[in-house]
Amino acid sequence: MSGAALSLENDPGPVVASTPIGTVPVAITINGEQHRLSLEPWVTLLDLLRERLHLTGSKKGCDHGQCGACTVLIDGRRMNSCLKLAVTLDGSEITTIEGLGQPGNLHPLQAAFIEHDAFQCGYCTPGQICSAEGLIREGHARTRDEVREQMSGNLCRCGAYTNIADAILEILETEERA
Amino acid sequence: MPDTRHEPIRVGIGTPLDRVDGPDKVTGQAHYAAEYAVPNMLYGVIVSGRIARGRITGIDETAARAVPGVVEVLTHRNRPSTPWLDRNYKDELNIPGDPFRALESEHILFSGQPVALVLAETFEAARFAASLVDVSYEAAAHNIDFEASLAERFLPSKKRNSYHPPKNHGDADAAFAAAELKHEARYHLATEHHNPMEMHATTVDWHGDGTLTVYDKNQGSQGVQSYLCNIFGFSKKELRVVNAFVGGAFGSGLRPQYQVYLAVMAAKHTQRSVRVVMTRQQMFTHAHRPEADYTIRLGAEATGKLTSIDGDATTSTSRFENNMEDIVIWGMINYASPNMKGEYCVAPRDTYTSADMRAPGAATGMTLFEIAMDELAYKAKVDPLDFRLLNYSDIDAMYRTPFTSKALREAYRDGAAAFGWDSRSPEPRSMKEGRELIGWGMATGLWTAEFVKTSAKAKLTADGRLEITSATSDIGTGTGTVLVLVAADTLGLPPDRISVRIGDSDLPHSPVQGGSRAAASGGAAVQLACEAVGKRLLKAAEKVDGQPLHAARSIEDVIFADGRMILKSDPSKAVSCADAMQAAGLEVIEEEQTAQPGLADRISQMTRSRNVHSAVFAEVRVDEELGQIRVTRIVNAVAAGRIINPKTARSQILGGVVMGMGMALHEETLGDNRLGRWMNHNLAEYHIPVNADVHDIQVIFVDEPDPDVTPLGVKGVGEIGIVSTAAAIANAIFHATGQRHRSLPITIDKLIGT
Repeated sequence: MSGAALSLENDPGPVVASTPIGTVPVAITINGEQHRLSLEPWVTLLDLLRERLHLTGSKKGCDHGQCGACTVLIDGRRMNSCLKLAVTLDGSEITTIEGLGQPGNLHPLQAAFIEHDAFQCGYCTPGQICSAEGLIREGHARTRDEVREQMSGNLCRCGAYTNIADAILEILETEERA
Repeated sequence: MPDTRHEPIRVGIGTPLDRVDGPDKVTGQAHYAAEYAVPNMLYGVIVSGRIARGRITGIDETAARAVPGVVEVLTHRNRPSTPWLDRNYKDELNIPGDPFRALESEHILFSGQPVALVLAETFEAARFAASLVDVSYEAAAHNIDFEASLAERFLPSKKRNSYHPPKNHGDADAAFAAAELKHEARYHLATEHHNPMEMHATTVDWHGDGTLTVYDKNQGSQGVQSYLCNIFGFSKKELRVVNAFVGGAFGSGLRPQYQVYLAVMAAKHTQRSVRVVMTRQQMFTHAHRPEADYTIRLGAEATGKLTSIDGDATTSTSRFENNMEDIVIWGMINYASPNMKGEYCVAPRDTYTSADMRAPGAATGMTLFEIAMDELAYKAKVDPLDFRLLNYSDIDAMYRTPFTSKALREAYRDGAAAFGWDSRSPEPRSMKEGRELIGWGMATGLWTAEFVKTSAKAKLTADGRLEITSATSDIGTGTGTVLVLVAADTLGLPPDRISVRIGDSDLPHSPVQGGSRAAASGGAAVQLACEAVGKRLLKAAEKVDGQPLHAARSIEDVIFADGRMILKSDPSKAVSCADAMQAAGLEVIEEEQTAQPGLADRISQMTRSRNVHSAVFAEVRVDEELGQIRVTRIVNAVAAGRIINPKTARSQILGGVVMGMGMALHEETLGDNRLGRWMNHNLAEYHIPVNADVHDIQVIFVDEPDPDVTPLGVKGVGEIGIVSTAAAIANAIFHATGQRHRSLPITIDKLIGT
């Protein structure tokens, strides 16, 4: 119908490329292990973890900070690792899902997620768990409504939300009693 | 003699069991398609086309190729040759038409169509170079507007295999004309995209010896294997497809998506391993639930008893394939009416072909029908639940065949009791708390219960461990866990002695996972395989000193429990499976079996209907001034035959309900027809429910023994949760506000604008 008349003239035109992009030295501690890396500035933390260090527990669900699947803890705070350029993290301490616990040595949140069946396909799960750990450390959430609100940056397409809230509340309550 | 005093521990069908892949998933050890470490691998980034229809007039790759690290830019001009005939590109679903072939020619069929694949040594170099590929086009007139496409609607002469044409009865037009009560309205469902959290991705491991392993996101490894072999000329021995972990799919992985085609093409071309991952934006350039238009005419006696059902529906498809859905049949199957008729068409538009998305057809057709039923209930001044009971049909009202079982009355009863439906105030706008209007609505859900040919292997080793293998998939459904439970049930082994491997084309045959068939089909195959192992164990027990089980003539005469075979007629007589194997000198017992509908099943499938039913109750709270709708309570009572794992089955229903909430309130892919493009192609603008949107969901499984529906009495629960959830919510919104919305989703603008 329409469309034929509308051409896309917003093309910036050919860009002249490009000598090899330089690298920047960075020292990042990941799950307690220090990595001395030489990185191009365009490498995100998420791609560093997944493609170069083979820590694929952090997931890519959008690459735009919209889904939360890549959530990790940077200096104890939850962050979308797809929105962080790795070279900006010199001296940082990062915890990924692999650092929280392992099969046979589960973090309490990981065990609670299994117990409450708080996942189905499992793809958003590492991000949910890292986000939940960050939420607990923030110490702002006390009620179920607060947990639901403050976990809303982590999408779950399988719709495990009620079970995710149950799992996190169980750990919150355990920690409060302790 | 073994100790028989303690009660054998029986974990099996009906035991809530944690997911067997849970520890891997919660620790990040589960590897999805893009997560296999493969040495010397190239990264492929897809360049998406910018027009909706027309042709490519030029491609300037100079800048892209100049980026350090770029190895190749594949386009239609330099791609390796591929087979010419469409039949080589047909997948398991076999949609009538010409299957899409990426980089086939200069012709553009839809916006976002892949026009180039940039291959580089790093992901970042490939991504940057992809942004430099300069494609020029000659645009042709296009249309992606569904309303406009209705002018071209037609019933395809070649039908999709899974399509069920409506069966008409009586004279619906005359009955409608004569009806004391009438309702006629047009209903609409927006285009939706599946958006599994994992984007479609493929890692090709090019082994260099003529063989390759393709780690791919899909719902059926063997279907993708056949597809790739047919196109690229590999044998099934040479090309293996693995989908061990699938980060959701909901139907988007039923057909091979274009990234797997491009990845294998690139690997073959470069003789190297290749990874291709779609971007989230590219996830909006393929499968989607069709947009739907559905005119429903209902006639009834003054009491509300239906005299005619008449539906006329159209769903969207592409210009190159005719994807069809069952839209109009659901209300005709579910409700008694002497007169009924249905019509169905597809309308082509310049997009990718629409596809199956969770409960395809029913999620659209039954949901919209249940809004119409609610409207007629109000016209008849009958409580919406009583109205359904008034028009209840004990038989399939369209095929006029009995059901193998239908515990929908019980679902209505148990759901209503749990919800507190009795205390509902019938008038719209009659319930309020603070600034929020409260509404209660309900609807009926319907889906099919199918069983398809599937194979499985059971391998028992002398240490008492059992391994189950089948090529079936687990897209979040809990398939592997269900298979462990069936095996535990059949051979009386504790689940921690059982391992399961699925999602690999090398394993015993399984069709693509979809339509809520996997538990019934894979479960039946595992049961057969374990029974075959059991028979050999019993045979082996003959070698045990004293032959304690000599009275057992078949495995029917023993109970398998706690790793032992116990004589039913004298439980003091038992032999442990390990002792039997040792006595017979067996290290391994391995059996592969295939479950498939036999002749009697096939006759039964023609003479009896097989369906799963549900009753959904919803509470909404609506702030009219803000246009905010909150779904504060859902009760979904499901009659799905036998439930193998109540824990994961409940989660399946929860997930369906949440997606139904999205259908009711959020999900809508919006096109701009000037560009011919989906505009909200990201997760910030294509809204799906988040945790804050989901309050309280109660799932009830009503008792529905049904030994005839499938070998295990299982009906499947993957789809039913979504069916009619959106109708219950829409009906609750009417009850809260008096506003009747017939176009889903019911977004803020619609609520405030009326």
